[in-house]
Amino acid sequence: MEQVPLSHILILSSALFFLGIYGFFSRRNMITMLMSIELILNSANINFIAFNKYLFPHQLEGVFFTMFIIVVAAAEVSLSIAIIINLYRRFNTIDIEDTTTMKY
Amino acid sequence: MNSYELSSLLIVALPLMSFAFLVLLSKQLKPRVAGIIGTLTLATTAILTFYVAAGYFFGFGMENGAYVHHIALQFQWLKFSDNLSIDLGIVLDPISVALLIVITVVSTMVHLYSLNYMHGEEYFARYYAYLSLFTFSMLGLVMAVNIFQMYIFWELVGVSSFLLIGFYFTKPSAIAAAKKAFIVTRFADLGFLIGILILSHGAKTLDFFVMIQRLTQAGSPYLAHFTATSFLGLSTLSWALLLVFAGGAGKSAMFPLHIWLPDAMEGPTPVSALIHAATMVVAGVYLVARLFPIFAISAPDALLIIAYIGAFTALFAAVIACTQTDIKRVLAYSTISQIAYMMFALGVSGWGEGQTEGFTASIFHLFTHAFFKALLFLGAGAIIHAINSNEMKDMGGLRKALPITHITFLVACLSISGIPPFSGFFSKEAILSAASHSNMLVYYVGLFTSGLTAFYMFRLYFRIFWYKPVQDHHNHEKHTWAMNSALLVLVLGAAFAGLIPFGSFVSATGSPIILPFNPSFSVVPVSFGLIGIFLAYFFFSKESDRADKTVAYFGGFYRAAYHKFYIDEIYLFITKKVIFNLIGRPAAWFDRTVVNGILINGTAVVTEAGSEAIKPMQSGKVQSYAMFFLGGVLLLVALLFIQFM
Amino acid sequence: MNASTVIFYVLGSLVLIFGAMTVFSQKIFRAAVYLLFSLISVAGLYLLWDMDFIAALQIIIYVGGIVVLIIFSIFLTQRSGEKLPPPIKKRLVWSGILTISGLGLTSWIVYNYLFSASTLPGVEPTVHNIGEQMLSYSKYGYVFPFEVINILLLAALVGSIVIAMKKKEIKPTDETTHITK
Repeated sequence: MEQVPLSHILILSSALFFLGIYGFFSRRNMITMLMSIELILNSANINFIAFNKYLFPHQLEGVFFTMFIIVVAAAEVSLSIAIIINLYRRFNTIDIEDTTTMKY
Repeated sequence: MNSYELSSLLIVALPLMSFAFLVLLSKQLKPRVAGIIGTLTLATTAILTFYVAAGYFFGFGMENGAYVHHIALQFQWLKFSDNLSIDLGIVLDPISVALLIVITVVSTMVHLYSLNYMHGEEYFARYYAYLSLFTFSMLGLVMAVNIFQMYIFWELVGVSSFLLIGFYFTKPSAIAAAKKAFIVTRFADLGFLIGILILSHGAKTLDFFVMIQRLTQAGSPYLAHFTATSFLGLSTLSWALLLVFAGGAGKSAMFPLHIWLPDAMEGPTPVSALIHAATMVVAGVYLVARLFPIFAISAPDALLIIAYIGAFTALFAAVIACTQTDIKRVLAYSTISQIAYMMFALGVSGWGEGQTEGFTASIFHLFTHAFFKALLFLGAGAIIHAINSNEMKDMGGLRKALPITHITFLVACLSISGIPPFSGFFSKEAILSAASHSNMLVYYVGLFTSGLTAFYMFRLYFRIFWYKPVQDHHNHEKHTWAMNSALLVLVLGAAFAGLIPFGSFVSATGSPIILPFNPSFSVVPVSFGLIGIFLAYFFFSKESDRADKTVAYFGGFYRAAYHKFYIDEIYLFITKKVIFNLIGRPAAWFDRTVVNGILINGTAVVTEAGSEAIKPMQSGKVQSYAMFFLGGVLLLVALLFIQFM
Repeated sequence: MNASTVIFYVLGSLVLIFGAMTVFSQKIFRAAVYLLFSLISVAGLYLLWDMDFIAALQIIIYVGGIVVLIIFSIFLTQRSGEKLPPPIKKRLVWSGILTISGLGLTSWIVYNYLFSASTLPGVEPTVHNIGEQMLSYSKYGYVFPFEVINILLLAALVGSIVIAMKKKEIKPTDETTHITK
C-alpha cells in the first residue's frame, strides 16, 4: 500500500506547532493563549504517533507518550483555568497586558 | 625553657597585655587605677630585665671569655616557601640587654612621672595604653632575631610614636606634627625596606646572625657575589647597608631627615622624654650596631659615610639648639646632636684590634644619654607643669620655686656637658677618644660640638633657674611626689652610670675591652665644656643685653640658625612647589579627567546606556520572553544543524 | 494515489485550516469552536492510522473535556460575541517573522533528514496490547509512569481547587479594585 511520506506528516505537525506558537505570541487573551498551547501539544502528539507508526512499528512507546501528553494536557488545562479564574477575580480581566502587578 | 628565657618572654608580653587591658577597658577604669596598672606592669618588667641582665652578664652569656648571643625563643611565624620564612623570637646579647635596661628603666620612670604630669587629662587611660604599646614595640624591636621582625616592630614603634605625638588630637599643631613625624619616618622606612630586600636577597636569609656570618667571612660566596657588582663606586652591599641606614637615619633624626623630631615635641613631655629622647630615636643607632660587623668588615665605605653624616648632624643641630627659645625644642636639637654623636662613634669604629672602642663608646653614650636626657626632659616637664609655658621668656629665677627640679636639672646639664665625674663625661670621652684615633676631622667637629653642647645646655639652665626672676609662678612642687621620685631615680643614673665599666660588658666582638681613660686626653674636651659653661654664665646668669649684642653681631647667621637653616622651608618648597606642581597636579588632572572622567564616569555612562537599552527586554511580559526563547532555540538548532550535517 | 492518501491530505488541511482559524479569529467563542474542529480532525488522522484507542482518547479528553472546560471558562470570564481587543502590531510582526523562519528551518531539516525505519515485525496498537504493557511491571512496563501520572492528576485536581477557591480575605481588595477600575 502506498503511504504518505513521513516528511509530509512532519511538516503538517510543525505547521500546526508554529500556528500554535504564533497564537501564543500574538494573542492577548489568556484563554486563547491556552488554546494555542493545545494546538502545540497536538502537533507533538501527531509526531509521536507518526514516528511510532512509520519508524518503530514493533513498539508502542509513541502511543504511551501520546496518552501521557493528553493526560498532562488535561491537568495543565484544569490548572490554567483555575489560575485564569483567580486572576479574573482579582483584576477583573484576563488580558495579559493588563495584569502587570508582577512587572519589574 | 629556663627562668631567664621565661623572664625575657614576659618582658615583651607584659607591656602588650597591659596595652590590651588598658585599651579595652579605657572607658571603664578609673584613670588613677589605669595609671597604676601601667606603672606597676612596667616596674615588673624592669625588675625582670634586671634579673635577665644579671643572669646574662654574670652567668650564661659568657662563653670562652666572650659574650655570645643567646636565642631565648624562636619560632616560625610566617612561611612563604621552603626557602623563605619569617621567624619571631627573642635574642639576648650585650647590646640588646643594655637597651632593655635603658628602655624598661626610663619607661617605668616615665610611667611613674606621668601619674602626676598627666593628671586630669581626659584620655588618661588611653595615654597609658599607648605608652605600654610603645614599650612593647620597642622591646620587641630590640630583641628581634631577624631583620624582618625588627622591621615589624620598627613600624609599630612608628605607629605608637604617631599616636603619642598626636595625643592632644584637638590641637591642629599636634596633628600636623604627628603626621609629619609619621610621613618622614615612613619615607625613610621605605629605604629600610628596600635595604632589607637587597640584603636578604644577597645573604639568602633574614636572620641577623646567619646574615652577619655569611656577609663577613672571608671567602664566603654570598659576600663575593654581593660585592662583585657596584654602582657609583660603592658595592651593592654598601648600597643595601646605606639604604638600611636611611631607615635608621629617619628614626634617629639624622640630617636631612631630622625635621620631624623638633615638631614631635608637640606630644606630652613625658612622651618626649621616653620616645623622642631616650629610646625610639636611638633605634637607628641600635640598627647600625646590630649590623655592625657587616658594616665594619665588608662595607667600611658605608661606615665612613655614616661617620660624616653623624658629625655634620651633631654640629648642625648643636648650632640650632643655641638659638631656640622653646626649651623643649632646645632639648630636641640637643637630642639630635647627641644621637649624631652615637652615630659617628659607630662610624669611626672599625673591626681590627683596638679599633672597636667606638662601638662600645656609642652604646655607652646611648646608655648614659638615655638617663640624662630623660632627666632633662622630665625636668623641663616639671618646669612646664609649674609655669604652663614652654618659652624661655616666661622663665627665670625658678631655682627657689623648684628646688628638686633645679638640682636634678643641673646634674643632667653637667652630665651632658661632659664634666667629670658625671656619666656623660665618660661616654663622651670614649667617643672623642675613638674619633681621635681614627678620623681627626670628625674628632674636631665632635670637640667643637661638645663645647657648643655645654653652652646651649647652660644657656637653658641659667635662663630658667637664674636670670631675672618671674613673679607669677603659681604651681609649685606640690602634689608632685611621683614626678619628683622619677627625677630622683633618674638623677642616680645620670650621675653614676658612667662609673660602669661598660667595655667589659659591651663590645663589637663580644670579648671585653677596656675603654681607655687618659686624663691628659680629657683636658681638652673638658676645658671646651668649661668654656661653654662660662660663656653661658657670662651671657645669661643675670639679665643683661650682652646676649642681644652678640646676636646683633652675628646677625644673618643667627637668623638662619634660629630658623633652623630653613630646612623646613626647603622641604616645603620641594614638596609643595616642586612635587605638588610637577607631579601632584598632573596626577590630579590625570585622576580627574582620565581615571574619573573617562574610566569611571565612562564606564558608568556606558553601563547606564546599556541597561537603558536592554531594560525593555525585562518587560515582565511572558510572551516576549517566549519570543526571545524561541529565537534563541531556533538559532541554536540552525547552528547545530549546520555544524553536524 | 489511493483513498487513504487523499483522506490524509484532506484531514491534514482541515487540521491546519481550523487551527489557523483558532489562532486568527477575533471572536473568542468562535476560536474555541474552531479548536474543537481542529482536534476532531486530529482524531480523524489517528483513526486513519489505525490508532483507534488514541483517537477515542482524543475525542473523549480533548473534545469532551478540555474544550468544554475552555468554553466554560470563556463563559465565566468573557462576554461572548464581543470582538477581542486587537493584538499589538509590533509583536505581530516579530511573531510572524519568528514562526515563518522557524517553520522554514524545520521543514528544511525534515526534508534533508533521512529517517530509517525499523524492519522488525509490528505490534498491533490494540487496547489489549496497550493495556498489557501499560500495567506490566516487567521490562518495558509502564506501570511506574502510570502511577506518576495518577499522582500528577490528583495534584492538579487539588491544586486547581485550591487556586480557584474563593478566599474570604481577598474580598476587600476585590472591591477596591472594582472601585478604582
